[in-house]
Amino acid sequence: MRSNQAQAAAPLWLKTLAYGGLVFLHFPIAVIFLNAFLTGEGSQSHFTLRWVHEALAREDVIAAILLSLKVATIATLMALIMGVMAAAALYRRSFFGKEAITTMLILPIALPGIITGIALLSAINMLDITPGVWTIIVSHATFCVVMIYNNVIARFRRMPHSLVEASMDLGADGCTTFRYIILPQLATALLAGALLAFALSFDELIVTIFTAGHEITLPIWLLNQLSRPRDAAITNVVAMMVMLITALPIIAAYYLTRGTGTVEGSSR
Amino acid sequence: MLQLTRPLANMLYRRNTLFLLLLLTPPLLWFGVVYLGSLFSLLWQSFYTFDSFSMSVTPDLTLENYRSLFDATNLDIILRTLTMAVSVTLATAVIGFPIAYYMTRYGSHAEKGFFYVAVMLPMWASYIVKTYAWTVILSQEGILYWLVNHLGLLSLLNATLAIPSIGGNTLATSNLGRFIVFTYIWLPFMILPIQAALERVPSNLLQASSDLGAKPAQTFRKILLPLVFPGVVAGSIFTFSLTLGDYIIPQLIGPSGLFIGTMVYTMQGSIGNMPLAAAFTVVPIVLIFIYLALAKRMGAFDAF
Repeated sequence: MRSNQAQAAAPLWLKTLAYGGLVFLHFPIAVIFLNAFLTGEGSQSHFTLRWVHEALAREDVIAAILLSLKVATIATLMALIMGVMAAAALYRRSFFGKEAITTMLILPIALPGIITGIALLSAINMLDITPGVWTIIVSHATFCVVMIYNNVIARFRRMPHSLVEASMDLGADGCTTFRYIILPQLATALLAGALLAFALSFDELIVTIFTAGHEITLPIWLLNQLSRPRDAAITNVVAMMVMLITALPIIAAYYLTRGTGTVEGSSR
Repeated sequence: MLQLTRPLANMLYRRNTLFLLLLLTPPLLWFGVVYLGSLFSLLWQSFYTFDSFSMSVTPDLTLENYRSLFDATNLDIILRTLTMAVSVTLATAVIGFPIAYYMTRYGSHAEKGFFYVAVMLPMWASYIVKTYAWTVILSQEGILYWLVNHLGLLSLLNATLAIPSIGGNTLATSNLGRFIVFTYIWLPFMILPIQAALERVPSNLLQASSDLGAKPAQTFRKILLPLVFPGVVAGSIFTFSLTLGDYIIPQLIGPSGLFIGTMVYTMQGSIGNMPLAAAFTVVPIVLIFIYLALAKRMGAFDAF
């Protein structure tokens, strides 16, 4: 509403600070993208696709990408199931312990990653489990639940319950109502939550280091690369690919939930 | 199939509590067993004994790990991390406020959307890639040194780096460099809550203030800031807690002194002293809970 009113122009200093802040936020990302396509030194540098080809020919790069995709996909699916169940259970009724349950769902991303990571590792050690792909998936699913939960519960709250009652009155049973009334209403929230969860898992490093054992996900691969400066050209390309793989779902999620009055991304 | 599910579904609809229990059981089991179980196992191990001669952990319960947190070296680590967390929080608030303010008060509809995406993307962009980018930028062959050199400011930079406790040998190994990277990485987490708080301030309040003769600075200080402050505190929860727990940035950028995160990582990994590592993780947990309690009193939770 306010934005429709005629407004005084912003003072120049404020505009400069605001756009300066945006430049600051994007400068390092631009550096990575530029470096990924440049070859040579200083003024001799020119555009090349050579590093992209070399990166894609590396088996360790491909293996890390595939592992991260696999982990993110399975963790997202598990989080979807649990997140929707929790949201469906918690959105209408209030009962004893509801607050505690909500807090518990948020805790894995509210506490610093190192705590979640080392806690899971201590449990893995105590139970004599060998860390591997499944321990990564379990840890990722744990902090992805809240992404789904936040998105879905916001949608549930905006959905008039009278729709469900009308459907039941008209003779539909619970399954039919879920299939034809609730699910279509939830669809974009589910998709947005899943995209955010996927991006979160794909990029997660802090917790993964503790639960990965000898597995190398893409972020771990990148971390290892930092001690190999000679490989910098390849690292730049992979870094750019990581950016793209996480950015696209985020933008998609933003457009899916735009105008619903929830700032889903803000509680990462 | 449908014939079978229909009575079941109807029964579940009528028996609300049963349905609720069925829905809640899987997530509760998961979080109760996997997550809380892990946290308790960590907490429990913080009372175990680490034998520094045999470098092994025995399950003899002791409070020694917690006592040693107050040793001079360990206390130093805690204070160093805390100082950084507070400085980063202040810096993100100072840099973030104008951005949030401009986008909410002056941005057109399209510009607002542009700003929102432009702030959100770096927030979600890969943490390790951003950190990596800064190691490239801050290195002595990097862009920042090149820029400073061409502007003729190299002596100024070196003078800054010579200040003890801020500086270091180079930008990449100084506290200043580490501070820049932390501020950069958590900045969007500050902007978005402030923006959300600003959105909720009715503009006629500001108009009324200026109609009554307040100068813009007065309106800002007496009307806007008190109303938006909970949003700043909400953002600071992220910047504070994320800095306290981080262990990758202190490892890659800045001087060699340990942070809480790097200390936990080293104790657990290279030394194998899980009990002390576990006791150390309790420090950020306690600090964050204290911070949350303070933030709650300042109304930060209404800002979400």
